[in-house]
Amino acid sequence: MIQFEEVSKRYKAQSAPALDNISLEIADGEFTFLVGPSGSGKSTFLRLLLREEKATSGKVIVNDKDIAKLRNWKVPAFRREMGAVFQDFRLLPEKTVTQNIAFALEVIGTPKAAVGPAVADALELVGLTEMADRKPGQLSGGEQQRVALARAFVNKPPILIADEPTGNLDPATSLGIMRLLDRINRTGTTVIMATHDAAIVDQMRKRVIELVGGHIIRDEARGVYGYAG
Amino acid sequence: MRRFGLALREVGHGLRRNLTMTVAVILTVAVSLTLFGTGLMVRAQVDAMKDYWYDRVEVSVFLCGNASDPKVCPAGAITPEQRAAVDAQLRGLTGVVEEVFYESQQEAYNRFKEQFKNSPILENVTPESMPESFRVKLANPEDFTKVAAAVGTSPGVEQVQDQRQLLEKFFKLLGGLQAIALGIAVAMLLVTVLLVVNTMRVAAFSRRKETGIMKLVGASNAYIQLPFVLEAAVAAGIGGLLAVGALAAEKAYLVDKVLEPSFRFTAFVGWDETIKIMIIVFVTGILLASVAAFLTVRRYLKV
Repeated sequence: MIQFEEVSKRYKAQSAPALDNISLEIADGEFTFLVGPSGSGKSTFLRLLLREEKATSGKVIVNDKDIAKLRNWKVPAFRREMGAVFQDFRLLPEKTVTQNIAFALEVIGTPKAAVGPAVADALELVGLTEMADRKPGQLSGGEQQRVALARAFVNKPPILIADEPTGNLDPATSLGIMRLLDRINRTGTTVIMATHDAAIVDQMRKRVIELVGGHIIRDEARGVYGYAG
Repeated sequence: MRRFGLALREVGHGLRRNLTMTVAVILTVAVSLTLFGTGLMVRAQVDAMKDYWYDRVEVSVFLCGNASDPKVCPAGAITPEQRAAVDAQLRGLTGVVEEVFYESQQEAYNRFKEQFKNSPILENVTPESMPESFRVKLANPEDFTKVAAAVGTSPGVEQVQDQRQLLEKFFKLLGGLQAIALGIAVAMLLVTVLLVVNTMRVAAFSRRKETGIMKLVGASNAYIQLPFVLEAAVAAGIGGLLAVGALAAEKAYLVDKVLEPSFRFTAFVGWDETIKIMIIVFVTGILLASVAAFLTVRRYLKV
């Protein structure tokens, strides 16, 4: 479970807070959209959750732990409980698809014997088994995002964070990514996705949290992207 | 262990990827450590000379002779009784004086002749013009004043001279040179540290994509930072080996082949000292580079 308790985040250079007194709960296994215009605080929300930032005030609690209180050396272990994908995929161009996915396991010390099967599973999940030996430059945007998803999920984390994962993709490709996220969600993984993509939000009919200027202005269990106008 | 192997693979990779910077670090480390080591060698050399010379310095108690200044020796040459009295006084300074031996006019003349074998000055010198003296070896070379106080005004004593004072001027000059050498060495070490810091910044920047992903998927800080620190240590180690080679050449060639045959009158820094300096230099290089790299990388690859 993820809990935000009266969380505010204020960046030094800015007068207005990026997040202003946010409180919410996201249950295990939930699929949640985070919507709102640019600068509304979506990215800050996700950065706090990944503990790339600490809240200025309030508490971010993940599985009953206040993550601001985590010692620095414990942060890596905490991050292993989360997968993350981004608009820009963040793949390593000189590594093959397989190597990119395996990298995520190798650098956290996964035994060699376990890496191969886990990578194969992840590739199968995202439907890229045939592309295993290609490099990111030889793949389409949608395929690259699938690789990124495979890498994020290869460790079977209980929480998956997606920051505008379809931001660079055309509608048809986006749909494929959404199907994949839905599948991952159905394995019991909590998915939190920030997006601008109204069509996708409307179609999925999942929980929608709308942020404007650092405030939650809407939190609906089966929402749509927004009211026209 | 596997993670360590992976990290080592990254080191070779990283060093090659950043080849020009790596070469710059190796050469700078080599040059600065050579200078640093040379500074230490000079110091060891000066110490060796000090040991050699201070062991041999004496206090000379010159006795009145026929050629002495009548203002200091109004009674003319020293009498045998006075000489025996001075001898007794000197030997009475137990704990201060280690050894006393008497040098007659003839002995002084012979020694002078030996020292100035090829000089025309010899023609004007006779045994009678040389002063007879007591040569006093002190237990502690600092105790010159005690000797001067004891026999300085005794009848028949012309002058009490501390050879140490002559050496001190010489060693002061050497000390100055030594300080300059070490100053340059320290400046070079500082340059090395700055270069390592900068190299690590560039390396961290050029690999920010990998390290970013590593952080994201939860690689430990040590795992992310270790390759950078090892790279710096390996580069510094290679530079250190070059410096050790240069120091060995200094000792084997400059000291043993050039200086030692030309200057017979003093001791030179030995291999045991040289090897000690090599170890200091090598370890200093690796430590300096590793610590600089660690602190830099820790700042740039913060969680």
